[in-house]
Amino acid sequence: MSSIRNPGPRNLGIPLDLKHVGAVQINRSALERRASTLGTRRSVKKDNQTAWLLKAITFIDLTTLAGDDTDGRVRRLCTKARHPVRADVLEMLGASDIGVKPGAVCVYNNFVGTAVQALEGTGIPVAAVSTGFPAGHTPLGTRLSEIRASVKAGAKEIDIVIERHMALREDWRALYNMVKRCREVCGDAHIKVILATGELGTLSTVAKASMVSMMAGADFIKTSTGKESVNATLPVSLVMVRMIREYFEMTGYKIGYKPAGGISDAKTALVYMSMIKEELGDEWLTPDLFRFGASSLLGDIERQLEHRATGRYAARHHQSLV
Amino acid sequence: MSVKEIYKTMEYGSAPESDLEAKAWLASHKNKFDLFIGGKWTQSSGASFAVNNPSSGAKLAMVSQASKSDVAKAVKSANAARASWQALSGHARAKYLYALARLIQKHARVLAVLESMDNGKPIRETRDIDIPLVARHFYHHAGWASLRDSELPNYEPIGVVGQIIPWNFPLLMMAWKIAPALAAGNTVVMKPAEQTPLSALYFAELCMKAGVPHGVVNIITGDGETGQAIVAHKDISKIAFTGSTEVGKFIRQATAGSGKEITLELGGKSPFIVFADADLDSAVEGVVNAIWFNQGEVCCAGSRLLVSEAIADKFYKKLKRRMDKLRVGNPLDKTIDMGSLVDKIQLTRIQKMVAAGLKEGGEVYQANITVPNKGCFMRPTLIMGVDTACTLAREEIFGPVMVAMTFRTPDEAVKLANNTRYGLAASIWSENINTALDMAARIKAGVIWVNSTNQLDAAVGFGGMRESGYGREGGREGMLAYLKPKGTDEGPLTAVKQAVLKSSAPATGIDKTAKNYVGGKQARPDGNSVMPVISSTGQWLDEVGRGNRKDIRNAVEAATKATKWSSSTAHLRAQIIYYIGENLDARKHEFAQRIKSMTGCSLPSAKKEVAQSIERLFFYAGFADKFDGAVHAPPVRDIAIAMNEPLGIVGIVAPQNAPLLGFVSLLAPVIATGNRAVIIPSDIHPLAATDFYQVLETSDVPAGVVNIITGEHDVLTPTLAEHDEVNALWYFGKAGGVTSVESASIGNLKQVWSHKEKEIKWSSAYGRRFMEKASQVKNIWVPYGA
Repeated sequence: MSSIRNPGPRNLGIPLDLKHVGAVQINRSALERRASTLGTRRSVKKDNQTAWLLKAITFIDLTTLAGDDTDGRVRRLCTKARHPVRADVLEMLGASDIGVKPGAVCVYNNFVGTAVQALEGTGIPVAAVSTGFPAGHTPLGTRLSEIRASVKAGAKEIDIVIERHMALREDWRALYNMVKRCREVCGDAHIKVILATGELGTLSTVAKASMVSMMAGADFIKTSTGKESVNATLPVSLVMVRMIREYFEMTGYKIGYKPAGGISDAKTALVYMSMIKEELGDEWLTPDLFRFGASSLLGDIERQLEHRATGRYAARHHQSLV
Repeated sequence: MSVKEIYKTMEYGSAPESDLEAKAWLASHKNKFDLFIGGKWTQSSGASFAVNNPSSGAKLAMVSQASKSDVAKAVKSANAARASWQALSGHARAKYLYALARLIQKHARVLAVLESMDNGKPIRETRDIDIPLVARHFYHHAGWASLRDSELPNYEPIGVVGQIIPWNFPLLMMAWKIAPALAAGNTVVMKPAEQTPLSALYFAELCMKAGVPHGVVNIITGDGETGQAIVAHKDISKIAFTGSTEVGKFIRQATAGSGKEITLELGGKSPFIVFADADLDSAVEGVVNAIWFNQGEVCCAGSRLLVSEAIADKFYKKLKRRMDKLRVGNPLDKTIDMGSLVDKIQLTRIQKMVAAGLKEGGEVYQANITVPNKGCFMRPTLIMGVDTACTLAREEIFGPVMVAMTFRTPDEAVKLANNTRYGLAASIWSENINTALDMAARIKAGVIWVNSTNQLDAAVGFGGMRESGYGREGGREGMLAYLKPKGTDEGPLTAVKQAVLKSSAPATGIDKTAKNYVGGKQARPDGNSVMPVISSTGQWLDEVGRGNRKDIRNAVEAATKATKWSSSTAHLRAQIIYYIGENLDARKHEFAQRIKSMTGCSLPSAKKEVAQSIERLFFYAGFADKFDGAVHAPPVRDIAIAMNEPLGIVGIVAPQNAPLLGFVSLLAPVIATGNRAVIIPSDIHPLAATDFYQVLETSDVPAGVVNIITGEHDVLTPTLAEHDEVNALWYFGKAGGVTSVESASIGNLKQVWSHKEKEIKWSSAYGRRFMEKASQVKNIWVPYGA
């Protein structure tokens, strides 16, 4: 019986190794074949499913990144983070004392303060999207000061977006420098690098951008802002986690992975977790190294947990709003 | 384990599929089965035997051992059903096949469970691969039933087909056999493997549900003895077999001279080649699907890993890491990758073979995982550092054991890949399209998967080269394997007798000495011996070399070296064959005289033979660059290319009559498709062939492409039929020779095509079929996706 191990030392980055980046080979068809059997080679049922779903909650970055966000909306999200699952359900499942809580609450820079306040005492970190989200097309100086402001307001995690043009033009030096600068400004806050994979065109570009971001010091690599037309997919995820494995083999640093957007049901979440377990191993099944960028996912997990607890299929309106 | 504990360990647990429905079905038969003959359950006259679940050892059912008389009963029933089944329209047959496809889909779950219980393979595979492919096969062939008359108009069904299948994909192999046979209009006697007959028996019930006319499908159970009775039955016109090369050879020998068509899908030792520029992680996953799919009990399993030395260490490391993630256990558990081997016999055989093989070298790695200690389970195994001299690198293991070696260059990879008696499949991993397609063209295998492995589909032919057998299943070529050309029966082959020498004609003019034609040169026969050529009227005409086995050897050696011909362009081959025609035309009078003097036919008839020979050369020259392959449409994002490839070296024994036309009618398609020929001309009238040397010499035919040895058919044919470098033998020679030729072919399982002791009308013996017989289809799967 292996138990989850700690994530190891924080990634310090390595010098940009263009030879290594250039040698990346990705075969899309093969990737898709593997991705299509991830959900069919494994299955998690009964108590195992209960445990996995509870664990899934700890991976969720409860997120609100909308134009109509208000302090009230952010506070409601934080309240949900404090009580992710109904107490009666947890009790029936014998899981009251596990202390299930989401991985983080993720908001725009302007709402960091509100969220920090609302989550006080919970230990749930606040993550901020802070670099001209979602397009990244603001001057670097502006973006860096945005990061500084978020960190100052108490954000423990900073989700940055890359400038897609750097990846599309394969200007890896520029991407490397940009991520490195952001990482420096983050200080102790962890940095998640959003690749906006839906806009990178090919899986090879995703793989190379992943590798460059890690070399530049990313703590996490993340698929999407949630604003691209295509968000997290299993093939993209497979590419990114394999690059994480490659980087680990090269450097010994464990980098986290965060698929975001489009993961809205419990079953899909379990497939993603199985993928992490298969490709990276049990030690990656920790909020320190794996997150879901999602919010409606939690509602579906709650319903499945209630079903596990009562044996009846659950109603949506019996779960509190996310 | 409590939720809290699992929360810490994050284990999968188990997720068993229910076996209740399958068990209920077995119970509905009181766990005892009769034979399915004439549309109903029929008691066998023989004994019965137990069928077990190999993962638990539990007995599943008692099944009948069909005796010789049971086989006869089944064949009789199939024979009786033949006329009315063949009288049905294509559409009417299509409706039955369509119904079977739908029924399989409707009963998919219970079939998947039954198959897993019977064979030990994982429910994931039966559920997601076997059963969907079975349904797909019936769908696809429902289409062929509708299309047969319009797409294959010059063909008719063969008759009663005997089909014998293995235990590794019980229902899928049954579908591969039954669907095309019925679509083509044949009736069948099917024998599933004695280890795994249950899904076929379930299928028998589906046939009843579908209302398949009685006797069209007969399913009889039993072991090798039952199989032998099927093979031996005189009313069976074709045997289709999938199984070991050993049994395949037995079947070839047992049916020699019987006139039965046979197709054989046999063993393999297929290479899995990883270049340095491959997507290595995907290639690792490919290995999993190549050798740990179906416990490695797969004829086309990629079981020889060839890795570029540049990345070998890295690749092995990745592969070992992946192996440790595999899960082996209860086949009905939805969380496992690999189930149980089919029985204890296989497990023991593999273990012994590996243990003995390792004494010759190799570094073994076995997945560091837990494996049930009860049942026939085996750890996924990788053996690195084996060489071509090692038994484990040469012999088919047919289990979850991958052997690995390294290569330096693409050329070396080809050499290693082709260093085997088999030629079923190959998997090539490279992101460089040039490398991948070059390898695909050069590897001797019937199925090539680029950056993928074990892809199967009803639309894409499957089958091997070399000792992996012959015939294809799936696609157009698969349909052709269950059809024969429509044609008039010209009656039994009449023996051509040499006339008795009446008078020795005096030598006139300068002596002409016909030798053999080997490697582009006239070569004196090894035995320094000649035989007389006597005209039909008993006149002494000339002498030709009396070839012996060493002459055949030399001719094959010369053909072996002429490999460039096989990779030359079709345009070049066409030009040369046209040129042969042109040069023959320049000497048409001389040839006509020769034919007349040898055969005693009239001059106009001799002239006609020459004219038709020239026509034949033009026909095949014209065909050379039009014998196109195909691009299939399997339901995946692949270009599946069906390429017609030459067989290699084709031995030809030309007819005794039609000394020029018979000779040319056989030689031209053989070389037009890119083969090299070793041809034994008429031994009664050999002078047309020896005169032909000069035509060849003046036509730029490269050395070794055409080699001609004169001599007696009885003497020369056995050496050619036995020669292991010869890939096919076309026997149209002396009457009574077919049995021994077919029998002798088993050494390397060369394909034999013969007159079947029937008279051939050479004036009309030409067409696409000759091109098809001179070639083999290689299907290359090329997935794409930017």
